[in-house]
Amino acid sequence: MNFAEHLPALQIVVPLVSAPLAVLLRDRLAAFVLVLAATWTAFAISILLWLQVGESGLISYAIGSWPPPWGIEYRVDALSSLMLMLVAGIASVVLPYSRASIEREIRQDKHYLFYALFALCLSGLLGITITGDAFNLFVFLEISSLSSYALIALGKDRRSLVAAFQYLIMGTIGATFIVIGIGLLYIKTGTLNLADLSIRLQAMTSHRPVLAALAFLTVGISLKLALFPLHQWLPNAYAYAPSAVSAFLAATATKVSVYALLRFYFSVFGETAIFQRLPMEDLMLVLALAGMFVASTVAIFQDNLKRLFAYSSVAQISYVVLGISFDSVTGLTATIVHLVNHAVTKGGLFLLLGAVIAGMGGVTLARVHGVGRVMPVTSFGIVLCGLSLIGVPGTAGFVSKWYLILAALEKGQWWLVFLIVLSSLLAVAYVWRFVEVAYFHAPRADLAGVREAPLALALPAWILVAATIWFGVDTSVTVGSAATAAAQLLGVSR
Amino acid sequence: MNFFSHYDYWVMLFLAMSGLFIVIARGNLIKKLVGLAILQTSVYLLYLTPGKIVGATAPIVDASFTVYSNPLPQVLILTAIVVGVATLALGLALVVRIREEYDSIEEDEILRLDLDPADDKREAKP
Amino acid sequence: MKNDMVLRVIGKLLIPFILLFALYVQFHGDYGPGGGFQAGAIVAAAMVFYAMIYGLSTARRVLPDALVESMIAAGVLLYLAVGFAGLHFGGNFLDYFVLDADPVAGQHRGIFWIELGVAITVCGVLVKIFYLFAQRGQDQE
Repeated sequence: MNFAEHLPALQIVVPLVSAPLAVLLRDRLAAFVLVLAATWTAFAISILLWLQVGESGLISYAIGSWPPPWGIEYRVDALSSLMLMLVAGIASVVLPYSRASIEREIRQDKHYLFYALFALCLSGLLGITITGDAFNLFVFLEISSLSSYALIALGKDRRSLVAAFQYLIMGTIGATFIVIGIGLLYIKTGTLNLADLSIRLQAMTSHRPVLAALAFLTVGISLKLALFPLHQWLPNAYAYAPSAVSAFLAATATKVSVYALLRFYFSVFGETAIFQRLPMEDLMLVLALAGMFVASTVAIFQDNLKRLFAYSSVAQISYVVLGISFDSVTGLTATIVHLVNHAVTKGGLFLLLGAVIAGMGGVTLARVHGVGRVMPVTSFGIVLCGLSLIGVPGTAGFVSKWYLILAALEKGQWWLVFLIVLSSLLAVAYVWRFVEVAYFHAPRADLAGVREAPLALALPAWILVAATIWFGVDTSVTVGSAATAAAQLLGVSR
Repeated sequence: MNFFSHYDYWVMLFLAMSGLFIVIARGNLIKKLVGLAILQTSVYLLYLTPGKIVGATAPIVDASFTVYSNPLPQVLILTAIVVGVATLALGLALVVRIREEYDSIEEDEILRLDLDPADDKREAKP
Repeated sequence: MKNDMVLRVIGKLLIPFILLFALYVQFHGDYGPGGGFQAGAIVAAAMVFYAMIYGLSTARRVLPDALVESMIAAGVLLYLAVGFAGLHFGGNFLDYFVLDADPVAGQHRGIFWIELGVAITVCGVLVKIFYLFAQRGQDQE
């Protein structure tokens, strides 16, 4: 058999196989090695797919050799190959970190189950990104969601249980709405293949059931991507989950949901149906602006760093949605670039916070006083990521804000440029809260002897911090792929 | 449009909305899960309804029948049922653990317990 | 219910037939209603029934926890193995057509193993869920 032909299937199957094998092995070291090998293989496959897509533009793979639209099709284009690479890449960095991290947070006899859940969550997220079938997308969404509920509940603090339960309720409502939307589309068109759906929907985009389907899908996916004001589940879920899980979910889960939104909006319904016949543009603009300001303001008043940066995630997701609302190639480029940049930044940030928890025993502001003195390297990394959240030139965050501003100027909306800069000032405020306690306070007496984080925790975190800086300097991979993907998304529908 | 010709959609909507109402209005975690299960179940009806053709048989090949119902929605819903079972089991497992930790399954009580300022101390425990 | 003579006798009589019916549902799934999911659920129901009459600890001797957990994984692996078999014989992933010289026979062969994998996993998961919830109550007493 020829491996190159079957890469789309192997992309999902390799991590998926490692999950049951990890359960069978029942040994934490063996499970770790196995899942790590599978994750790195998945990352390698995603890079190969990205290269293939760069040459051929589109890869279609028929599962079970049933030709689409009858069978399930795996479809890789510019956007999905970029997302696959992002998800698999983040997982490849977070997994080695998790080995040292869960040592302190999860009972040892449960470790092999953690790795199995991680592999399941990864294959679910990859599956959402690669599948070209609407119902298959729902199934993968549930695979990733169910495993992430369980992963969050593994947190040491008992509040992680309540957070996981709230996420389960909200997430299931979201998934049910999505499946209702898909059901209505299926009733109208008789097909579940996304590409086939878009062809058949063209004649009926103003039919009432199709509009209802659009509404259900929008609300359902918005719940999953934590669009303001549907973000209530997110702060607690990120704050009380085990450190490695916070980092992995913060960097990938909401991003993949944004991917699903882009897929349905631009590849299925088409840009004309969404933005020219419906007032979606204004709606998304208002929600994005509200999210940017409210979530950033709430973040300033948090006294737990993980919660603070979780609220910042809500605000950053709003920038992503703002980019969609421009409905232009530049706007979408900004959206996709920010997906990647924010994933890398937030991933690195949560990994570093995990290292702080390992050293200081917690990340409440009162506890991390003077962390800049006892853990200087880790604190410096957090500040670097914070600068990227603000959008300081030289960091990844600057690149995405730059494209957002370009898109706003393209539309002639000067006031939006002003608002984007203003909301960045709010980011300065919440990052400053960390800087203040970390550098301008003496450490608590009992914590003055804390040492720098061990290499097993620091190295993965610094890989992501380095990527944050790298993507701020050299934008050829991120912006290049994002621009291609944006053009493809809008080109298909025009 | 005749109201009764689409009555199964009305039933589906009634179930979905009552499920959603229970999830939102009830503070008891078990009741929330019951509402969630009703909401998920209503979707089964949405999928199965258009697959059924009046006067058609189950999709089993037999010489004496020519009209079959669409089997695809049933397969899809079998998947959705599995998802529903998994969600419910996970949700109940979480409720069991929450009860062990908080000794309560009422949302407002749990939220009140979480405001306890001693939380920072617990965070420090190894 | 351990000491109820009627239940014990009826249970002993019924459980073999429940299992037999599960096998019927499993193997007749190609031609009629049924399949791995239903069969797995029926086997799990038999197990739950057994545990309710003879007690959880007896049931766990019949079907130990480690075995149940392995069943969950083994079923999924069997499913994926069929997928890889499709790759091995030159088709796409989960391609049943290539599993036999005759494509229709290949479809039969493929779905047979897939359904077996589903049955094993479903049975394992349901029994595991039952064990976990039933055990909680007993631990606290």
